[in-house]
Amino acid sequence: MPTYSNTDTAAYKNVWVFCEQREGKLMPTDFELISEGRKLADELGVKLCGLLLGHNVEGIAKELGGYGADEIIIADDPLLEVYTTDGYTKVICETVEELKPEVLLFGATNIGRDLGPRCAARLHTGLCADCTHLDVDMPLYMDFLKENSTLPENRLDLIAKHTVKVLGEDHDTTRDLKMTRPAFGGHLMASIICPRFRPAMATVRPGVLAKAPFDQAKADAVAINKVKANITAADIHEDVKEVVKAAKKLVDLVGADYIVSVGRGISKDVDTGIKIAQEMADVLGGVVGGSRVAVDSGWLSPDHQVGQTGKTVHPKVYVALGISGSIQHKAGMSDSEFIIAVNKNPNAPIFEVADYGITGDLFKVAPLLTEAIKAEKAAK
Amino acid sequence: MKILVCVKQVPDTSGVVAVNPDGTLDRASMETIINPDDLNAVEAALQIKDETGCKVVVVTMGPPPAEGMLRELEAMGADEAYLISDRVFGGSDTYATSQIIAAALHKIGIEDDDVVMCGRQAIDGDTAQVGPQIAEKLNLPQITYVGDIHKEGNKITCKRMLEDGYMTIEVQTPCLLTCIKELNEPRYMSVGRIMDAYSMPLTVLDNEALKDEPLIDPTTIGLKGSPTNILTSFTPPQKGAGTMLEGNGAETCQKLAGIMADKHII
Repeated sequence: MPTYSNTDTAAYKNVWVFCEQREGKLMPTDFELISEGRKLADELGVKLCGLLLGHNVEGIAKELGGYGADEIIIADDPLLEVYTTDGYTKVICETVEELKPEVLLFGATNIGRDLGPRCAARLHTGLCADCTHLDVDMPLYMDFLKENSTLPENRLDLIAKHTVKVLGEDHDTTRDLKMTRPAFGGHLMASIICPRFRPAMATVRPGVLAKAPFDQAKADAVAINKVKANITAADIHEDVKEVVKAAKKLVDLVGADYIVSVGRGISKDVDTGIKIAQEMADVLGGVVGGSRVAVDSGWLSPDHQVGQTGKTVHPKVYVALGISGSIQHKAGMSDSEFIIAVNKNPNAPIFEVADYGITGDLFKVAPLLTEAIKAEKAAK
Repeated sequence: MKILVCVKQVPDTSGVVAVNPDGTLDRASMETIINPDDLNAVEAALQIKDETGCKVVVVTMGPPPAEGMLRELEAMGADEAYLISDRVFGGSDTYATSQIIAAALHKIGIEDDDVVMCGRQAIDGDTAQVGPQIAEKLNLPQITYVGDIHKEGNKITCKRMLEDGYMTIEVQTPCLLTCIKELNEPRYMSVGRIMDAYSMPLTVLDNEALKDEPLIDPTTIGLKGSPTNILTSFTPPQKGAGTMLEGNGAETCQKLAGIMADKHII
């Protein structure tokens, strides 16, 4: 067991992004993380490296450069072709210990959230789960807080001083990664730092951070750094029998431009409620989502769930049909560009985040709205 | 053989949530519940108990009132309960928490044919980190996001659910699994067991009881042992209320569709 002492944080440099691949294809969140990692690396004045594990994956590495990576570190081994917790943890931890990055980001996919905590525990460092916002630069972080928090001036002034007490001693937060995430179902936000250990680690919620424009010249210029994967079959205690793609395609809420969601309001006739929502989604060219109630009641499968425990979405248009708007639901959709809410209860909290609200029975209003949208689209 | 299930008592974030003026959660004013995913882990353990007659041990870390939750789980069918509780454990982040729980599990004893189960994540922190970090501290293989479990002797076969499908994975016991809500439908407390639950075994593990465990070091537990620190916590501002449209008939809907067209979003 490592004895507990502060790491020599100054010995760690560069921002790393773990670039997850499945069946030799990069995950969409890799590009978001590389784009965000570029910003953080610039704020720190260091290099941005992608960390890519797999087998015969060199061909997909260059694309990551197009979103801002300076270098892609590749660990290639047949034993890394399919994800295993043991194999990936060992290779990542050994590479981190050797090359010493100061920041290490993972996408908060099921695999990222399996792997990140295991690595953080082995490396004896801090990991912040499912972050929705990252900063290093203090003025940028203060701008973020001013816009997104209800903190009073005097609290903001204290944070801006760059110094906090950590275990009774003054700590300079200038180079710390400020990792912001929702907690308690989105009722609270917290910014976390990892002041005494490196790398500072975070898993980042897919679909939240913006992807930079792709630049072919940067993709061509990216450096490839192949490292040895020190791994044998005996290191891996999981036997992966099969990897199955869902036969029924899961609904892609995160990438959807139009989402029509249903909640408790459809309970009196669930089948019709979902049909009405589907018809509107079809006219808009989008997909159907649902609240936690809709999923917990078994009306929709869990991949449809929008909210703190489901997906965070920011479509062009979000239509909430019969959703009261719990804080946990609003946490997942309030950043949508244009929100329409239909609810019988004029005081439903969903109207607080809606751009336009209609008080009424969704079974009557939604089909009328679908017709009206259809007519507008036809008129164009 | 036994199954050790790690559970957590959490504030019910789906109900009324009160926030203190300093931005922390007013836990005292909130209802507490058993963390939903943890109930699926308990149910999974009880189903294996129904089949094999193995022992089910529930373990939690928390303040003394968490005993009530452990009694409920004994009424559901658990055979023994452990409450890890000490002021010096307070303020632990996921790293320090998993260190303490791993030490307690080691103290209780993990045999070759045992399984440790956790819920996927707790609804208060939503980190999903403590399960894998316990596995790391105990050097156990882990399978997270478990949507299906088969046990055959010392071989455990699970489906790890992914966003785009699943992986079927086989591991040997002892191992750690984190369970998702799709795994099963948790049973209710048995009426017969409710009265008996209060006379069933419940052991409190405090710092004194755990201090000789190799994983327990004063600098790896509690606030002092937590690599992460909260820089600040805050409540997000409410988005300004939008426009409530008059009426709810065809005319209103046409007006709204017109606004959408004007904004070029349809």
